[in-house]
This record gives sequence, C-alpha cells and structure tokens, in this order.
Amino acid sequence: MKPAPFAYLRPGTLAEAVAALAGDPGAKVLAGGQSLVPLLNMRLAAPTTLVDLNALPGLDDVTVDEAGVRVGALARHAAVLASAGARRVQPLVGMALANVAHPTIRNRGTTVGSLVHADAAAEMPVVLMLTGGSLEVEGPAGRRTVAARDLFVGPLETSLHHDEIAVSAFFPALAPGAGAAFEEIARRHGDYALVGAGAVVDGDSVRVGFLSVSDLPTVVDLTGVAEADLGEAALAELEPGDDIHATAAYRAQLVRVLTPRVVAAAREHAAPTLGRTRG
Amino acid sequence: MAEELHQIRLTVNGTAHDLRVPARRLLSDALRHDLALTGTHVGCEHGVCGACTVLLDGDPVRACLVFAVSVQGQEITTVEGLTRPDGALGPVQQAFAECHGLQCGFCTPGFLTTITAGIRDNPEPTHDEAREMIAGNLCRCTGYQNIVKAVERAAVLAREGVEGDRPGDGSELEAGQLAGDDRADDAATTGLGA
Repeated sequence: MKPAPFAYLRPGTLAEAVAALAGDPGAKVLAGGQSLVPLLNMRLAAPTTLVDLNALPGLDDVTVDEAGVRVGALARHAAVLASAGARRVQPLVGMALANVAHPTIRNRGTTVGSLVHADAAAEMPVVLMLTGGSLEVEGPAGRRTVAARDLFVGPLETSLHHDEIAVSAFFPALAPGAGAAFEEIARRHGDYALVGAGAVVDGDSVRVGFLSVSDLPTVVDLTGVAEADLGEAALAELEPGDDIHATAAYRAQLVRVLTPRVVAAAREHAAPTLGRTRG
Repeated sequence: MAEELHQIRLTVNGTAHDLRVPARRLLSDALRHDLALTGTHVGCEHGVCGACTVLLDGDPVRACLVFAVSVQGQEITTVEGLTRPDGALGPVQQAFAECHGLQCGFCTPGFLTTITAGIRDNPEPTHDEAREMIAGNLCRCTGYQNIVKAVERAAVLAREGVEGDRPGDGSELEAGQLAGDDRADDAATTGLGA
C-alpha cells in the first residue's frame, strides 16, 4: 500500500525543525524511516506533516571518548556498527546492532530513531537502559538530557514532548574489567527476536536486559543469584506476553534458556578463558 | 485540494532527472512510475522481501522504505545500471546466468544490487559470508543454493574484470548466449515461459 498524503518539510537547521514540529500537532519526525515508513505504507500511522531531518548538518557523527559513545540523530546503524572506537569503549552497542534487521536496513535506519521509536522488541532501547545511557533532546525551551530509565513509558511511547527532537544518544563506556554479551532467538535471521537478552557483568554485579518479553525494555538486577536460578529469578521480574509469534509460556522458556547463556558469555567476555580470544 | 508537488533532482545510473512528485512518492514508485525504470521490483512494500533494493550513494537500501523527496540530490543505482557500458552483462548478472541463480526473476533485481555492493565491500567472500550477504533478500523459487553459488562466481568474475581481460574479447557475446540458453532450457523443461 501507499502512505496517506502528508505535508513535507525539509528544514536546514535544528531550530527550524523544532519550529516545524511545534507548528503541527500531527507532525512526525523522519530520519532513517525504516520503522516509520512501513507503518505509513500500511497506513497504521498517518501523520499530517513529516519533518525530514536528513538535510540537517552535523547530526551524523559517532564520537567516542573514554566516557562513552555519542551517536548523532542521523548516524545510520551501519556507521555505528562500523565504528572501531565504539566497539572498544562500549562493546554492547555493536553486539546488539549486529542483530538489528539486515545490513540493507542498517544502511538507512538510525540508532537514535530506533531509540525514540521505543519498540520493546527492538535491540537498542535495551542497550540504552542496560548501559545507563541517555538522550539529548532539543525543544522550543532548549536542550535537555533524558536518562534511559525516564525515556521508555509504554509500547512505542517515550516521555519526549511532541515538539522535541532527539539530537543524540549517549552510551556510557563499559567499566574496565567488566564484560558484556548479547544474544537473541528469532525464527529467521534478521527478524524481530522472540526474546533477546543483553548482559553486563561488572565484578559481583550482574544485570540483564530483555527485549520482546514485556511491553517495555526491561533490565533485571541478578546480582548474587546462583547460576542455576538465573532464569527463574529474571522471570520473577518479567511478564512475558502472548502474541502470534510466541506464547507467553514459550517466551518464559526462552528467558530460562537465554539468561544463563548470556550471563556466562558476559563473564567470559570480562575474563576470557586462557587460550581463547576475547570477542 | 490538490496534493502539493515537490521539485526534486535524482541522479539514477549516472543520469540526472528532474521530477515533480508528491512527498509520499516512494523511491520505488518514482523509479518505476515517473522514470519508467521498471527493473526495480516491488514485492512486500514494507521492507521485508528485498526485491526493491537499490544502491543509494553506493549502499543498498530498500527503495520502498525511502521517500523520493528525502533522497533528493543523491546518486541511485538500479539494476538497469549494473550492465557494462557496452551493454554486456555485469559480473553479478553474468554469474546469475551461469549459475542459474534465478527462475521467475521477480526477486532478482534486489539480489543483483545487494550483491554488487556486497562483493565491492568484500571481494573474496567465504561461503558463510556469501550466505550472510543475501540474508535480507527473499526468493521463493530457487532455494538459494544457486544464488549463493552466483555470489561466489560473481566475486571471481568481478576480480577478473578488474584485472582487465574485458571488454572487447568476445566474452560478452558468449555470456549473453549462455543466458539465453538457460532461459530456453527453463521454458522447455518447466513448460513455463521465461
């Protein structure tokens, strides 16, 4: 199908973009469009105006320092995934991005767009939660920082105001000596995960983030839980959902399987067994 | 109220085109309807099947998930742009003909563009890398085995091409005949037209 008609604005500055968004309560932002355009094509969404960010200068940077990785609003998934600096400073970002759709989608889709789309079945919202990251957001009143824990409020819903634009995302660095891992189970390569999990192990601390399990990307603290109890302990804080792809019972079973596996992989990443190379 | 039209310039296969399109015109439809470049096929129209894949500034994207207005001023390569300047098949096209990498041909334009970029970025793909390269494209005819073979063959042909044994050595004609033979064979054995 084809999208319903909409007005199209292609601002050249961020201030114009914010003003354009504020000018129409039915307006939506277009960046990569790899989640938005399917919704438009299927007429599940019909915004009255699209504000296209693609002509804005200086928003496609991936900047890396010892504190972490900052990703601009127009940085494509492929560019973030290709960043050697990002892989070194916060490996979880690349581990998760490799699971985001297929390379062709990653060439156009943006990491920040994926975050503000706030799909609980998507990888990057969980990574932002798990790393304790944040978004820089520009609105009529200026710029503010929104922490990941304050960002995701419902399925496909964030706490951003209608006239605010996410300018960049920040993924803090993995602590020295800590380890990370990411795994998911999908019916086919590149599909949305039936269940996915990322883990960060830092000394005694064990935290696991889940996608496609609940309505929100959810991080569970499993510090001090015995290896054999990891899956059940995670399930105690999750509410697996039913849909046409998997039953709640099957999702629960996938949590039981994936949780110990991803925690073990994160421990291995933190302290590789002798003779094996670090992932 | 008439829908607003936008004046844009798209450079497709090296030729600049000026066109007036509504904002909601998908790149796939701009290519097919406005520019009559019907080599780009539209399958699912929500980014899953890969048939409409084109190269945007050299990188594969889904033409059905991009608005023409959003890529104004950028360079687009469609399947029509993959032939050699003399009209002979490009290396990926030739490999598909040699390896029987297509049957009905509907998905083929998306495979050809994807693999063209794939072997440019990875000129010597392993078998697993060849499979990974086409993982985002669906084909309901072939079972993929011959497409994977075509990726590997295309990589060889592209490397040979760079070394300069073409063009003008007569092998273009040979490749064309081979492609024709394959199609004739298809029609004879399946009872379906090519």
